[in-house]
Amino acid sequence: MRNNTVVAFAALTFALMTAAISLIFFYVPTDADQGFSQKIFYFHVPIALTAYACFGYGALKALLHLWRRSPGADLESYVAIHQGVIFGALTLITGSIWAKISWGVWWAWSSNQLVLFLVLFLFYSAYFMLRFSVEPGPGRANMSAVYALFGVVLIPVSFFAIRLANDFIHPTVFTSRGPQMAGSMFLTFCVSCAAMLSLAYTLYRVELLGKRLDADLKDLKELLT
Amino acid sequence: MSRYLRDVATLARKDVLLELRARDTLPAMLLFVLSALVTFHFVLPAHSSQLAAKGLLWVAIVFTALLGLSRAFVAEREQRLMDGLLLSPVDRSAIWAAKGVATLVFLALAEVVALPAYAIFFSGIDGATIAGVVLADVGICAVGILLAAMASVSRARELLLPLLFLPLAIPIVVGGVGASIAGGPGRYLGFLGLYDALFAILSWASFEYVVAE
Amino acid sequence: MTNGEKYVAAAYLVVFLFVLAYVLIMATKLTRLRRDVSELVELARQREEKVEPKQVVVG
Repeated sequence: MRNNTVVAFAALTFALMTAAISLIFFYVPTDADQGFSQKIFYFHVPIALTAYACFGYGALKALLHLWRRSPGADLESYVAIHQGVIFGALTLITGSIWAKISWGVWWAWSSNQLVLFLVLFLFYSAYFMLRFSVEPGPGRANMSAVYALFGVVLIPVSFFAIRLANDFIHPTVFTSRGPQMAGSMFLTFCVSCAAMLSLAYTLYRVELLGKRLDADLKDLKELLT
Repeated sequence: MSRYLRDVATLARKDVLLELRARDTLPAMLLFVLSALVTFHFVLPAHSSQLAAKGLLWVAIVFTALLGLSRAFVAEREQRLMDGLLLSPVDRSAIWAAKGVATLVFLALAEVVALPAYAIFFSGIDGATIAGVVLADVGICAVGILLAAMASVSRARELLLPLLFLPLAIPIVVGGVGASIAGGPGRYLGFLGLYDALFAILSWASFEYVVAE
Repeated sequence: MTNGEKYVAAAYLVVFLFVLAYVLIMATKLTRLRRDVSELVELARQREEKVEPKQVVVG
């Protein structure tokens, strides 16, 4: 039953990703201002949004763990945050490449989103350090859940802080995309977003499946010996 | 409510008394913050701006606080006091509040020395900076104590605390530095106050889950 | 290929490489799981062998 959802989502991801890449390179007109390089936008921004979605989903599962004690919520929260960190790293890399094209530098402190992702990346990397240095058990599950909830509060607080910091560090604020998107651009963007979300969800299910299989095998071994 | 406050006061007094007897955290914090300020003199090239020195003051404050926070649960861990505390008939969050207050006292004492020293070594300090330091201290202790409790049960211990704490302290540093150098410190102080309120409530509510199995 | 095109290609390739790395990690994990399963099969077989001779004696 559960395996079927993974397969369905893998197929959906395949279809959406094919559609997104076709739309990006063969349908949507090249941006008048930024030229061909603007096409990074259709991958970079959906990846960033997916990372937020993963962090949010992880925090939701953390809340369920603390509140309802749902079994398995701890593992699900961990795997979701793991996906978030992978997509966060991708956001940093694609963002850095975009900064290189647009502003000629590999890193722009004036790009609020990039800086925010750097902070979040550090924060959630520490989440893994915490998890790997505490004995597995209910205590670790609680701690991870509390830390994951802190993360979801830290996102808006950090965003606001970075906006504030720009006032005294960089007076100029770059806007990385135009105020309005044409219809074809918006369509491509939406398909791309759906593709990324579906990819993240598939990877999440695959990883969860692997982790659960691991746990089942361990139980089986204990039963047999 | 008054019972809760009494519990907090009793526990906090216990920590301060322990420190007065053992004297292993506060002198270290004082010495550290002074050493850091002296080091900063050599970090800043001649003719660098006063603004850079203001930024370094915040580095000193954050790392001094880290020093104090990493010692906050040492007695509990080494003498297994935590089990006793958890068994005592007090609310778990009162333990968090008491530890936070005790650490806040140590940090404030360290700053009572550090800020005048900074004024002598580098440049004068205005009211906005002091207000920023006070607000930042509250936020640092509120979040820091929760994270210190987490770090104290991990294998990595003191190593883990800075990793957990620094990403969360970035907004505090932004607010603090902004309050000390910007023309209108109002919104930076407001931001610090907002941070304090938000994270104090969150830490207060979630501390119970961190210490209980 | 202009410079901009190169960077776009690089960005998309990075995403592709990440997914490939994920496949690699999954592959190592599957290998390990297979090893675990064959170990368990071995264990189960040994058990059966231990049980069977007894049945022969009784029968």
